[in-house]
Amino acid sequence: MMILRESIIMKIHYGTAIGALFLTVIHIMMRMTQDFHESLEYENVIANYESVGYALLLELLLILISVHGFNGLRVILLEMNQGPIYEKVVTYGCLAGMAALIAYGSRTIIMTNMGMV
Amino acid sequence: MAKETGAREGLKGWLNPGKIGKFGIERLAWLLMRLTGLGLLAYFIGHIYETSHILDGKAVWDKSLEMTQTTEGHLFLALVIGMCVFHTGNGIRLMVAQMGYGLGKAERPDYPYKPQSINMKGKACIYATLGMAALAMWYGMAVMFA
Amino acid sequence: MATLHPKLSEELSQTTVSSTQSIKLKIKRSNPNVNSDEKYDEFVVPIEKWTTVLDALLDVKSHLDHSVGIRYSCRQASCGSCGMKINGKPGLACFTKISELNSDTITIEPMDNYPVVRDLAVNFDRMINNHKKVMPYVIREDSEIDAESGVREFLQSPENVEKYIQFSSCIKCGLCNSACPTMAMDKSFVGPQALAQAYRYIADTRDQGKNKRLKIIDESHGIWRCHFAGSCSQVCPKGVDPAMGIQLLRGYLLGIRD
Repeated sequence: MMILRESIIMKIHYGTAIGALFLTVIHIMMRMTQDFHESLEYENVIANYESVGYALLLELLLILISVHGFNGLRVILLEMNQGPIYEKVVTYGCLAGMAALIAYGSRTIIMTNMGMV
Repeated sequence: MAKETGAREGLKGWLNPGKIGKFGIERLAWLLMRLTGLGLLAYFIGHIYETSHILDGKAVWDKSLEMTQTTEGHLFLALVIGMCVFHTGNGIRLMVAQMGYGLGKAERPDYPYKPQSINMKGKACIYATLGMAALAMWYGMAVMFA
Repeated sequence: MATLHPKLSEELSQTTVSSTQSIKLKIKRSNPNVNSDEKYDEFVVPIEKWTTVLDALLDVKSHLDHSVGIRYSCRQASCGSCGMKINGKPGLACFTKISELNSDTITIEPMDNYPVVRDLAVNFDRMINNHKKVMPYVIREDSEIDAESGVREFLQSPENVEKYIQFSSCIKCGLCNSACPTMAMDKSFVGPQALAQAYRYIADTRDQGKNKRLKIIDESHGIWRCHFAGSCSQVCPKGVDPAMGIQLLRGYLLGIRD
């Protein structure tokens, strides 16, 4: 597996933060296009998912926040304890968590977008 | 040879609230950044799980939404809003500082040796971020409890 | 458990004390080479407006308990020997006036994040090793000055000197490492002292070792484990402002500075 330099990882961390900020603002503003409670109704949510543009936004947001969040968790865990085995477990564990969350969230987005509800 | 035991403060060095009094608002911002980050990650995982119920049909979706429509649910979401605004605002402050802005100019130090990087600009940004988080929480509660 | 320590002798203080003020010193005592017991001994010492924590400690050592272990040397904030935790905040004992602490009881403990040798003296091996790791000297290929090379001296403008002179004031007292929250947990972290010194040399126009040093600190327990809590700069007694140095150093790794 390719080992990234820590500076590259941190550039990704900052880049995902900026990207997630913009997309989160749009995501929240979508709730403001209607009355808040109305925007959470089943049919309205399905309609949002079925829009390809919005589905892409959600997918990108999912990836950006997962990468940013799990990298942050990795940093905190690496500071709490050190050791070659522990650090490998933390790094690969966070990568696995990141991948699992992206996979699970993507399943929701793709299936709903394709009308498989 | 000195023994290594007890050499590091451990979690006390992170979580001791007395440190904030000794080391200022920047230390509080550091601690809150960690706590909000972990809180937001936990919320995000729950959010991805909760929204996956859309695949299970209207009845399941409505039932899962009921949990968030309670007073406790709204208060929890307001807390999430506050955490999100603080984490974002403080993150932007940190990124700007790491680009070299707002740190002051490196120059020959003189008594009383006050650090230039710990200045009113940085403190004002932290206080502004805390204020914006409180404002966002208030606005969120206004919308949710309407 | 704190115990009031009785005066060991009736001898008078060598200096005539005009002040009627006195304060209580609570000193943490431990000897890890013997056992893991820790206790606080209390001493009442007379003070003047100008009395420093070090003066008070030496008063205790001279007249009340000779066995208190402390490290000190210059008494003028030049050597960095007397770093300790004073009322919960790292500081130089010789540079901290008792009158400025606004407290009747002064709690003195060894610096955090360092192994204790005895009482208030700590072991600096880790800090020194981290300092050596960042190659704290000017690295230059043409450093041999001889008639053949034509190199006589390395010139620097006053503006170039101003860029790094602040960070060269470091007296290696270790207070910054003691205050740093990352150092509290991460035993592999390089520390603010080493990182500030890395910047000191990278910012020095005479130095050509920038890439070597950046490679050393660009690792999982290097510069990226600093999160700008700023505690290091809060406690630095010489105005080095390690936090500023570290943020400026990041600019090189982020590609913002050349």
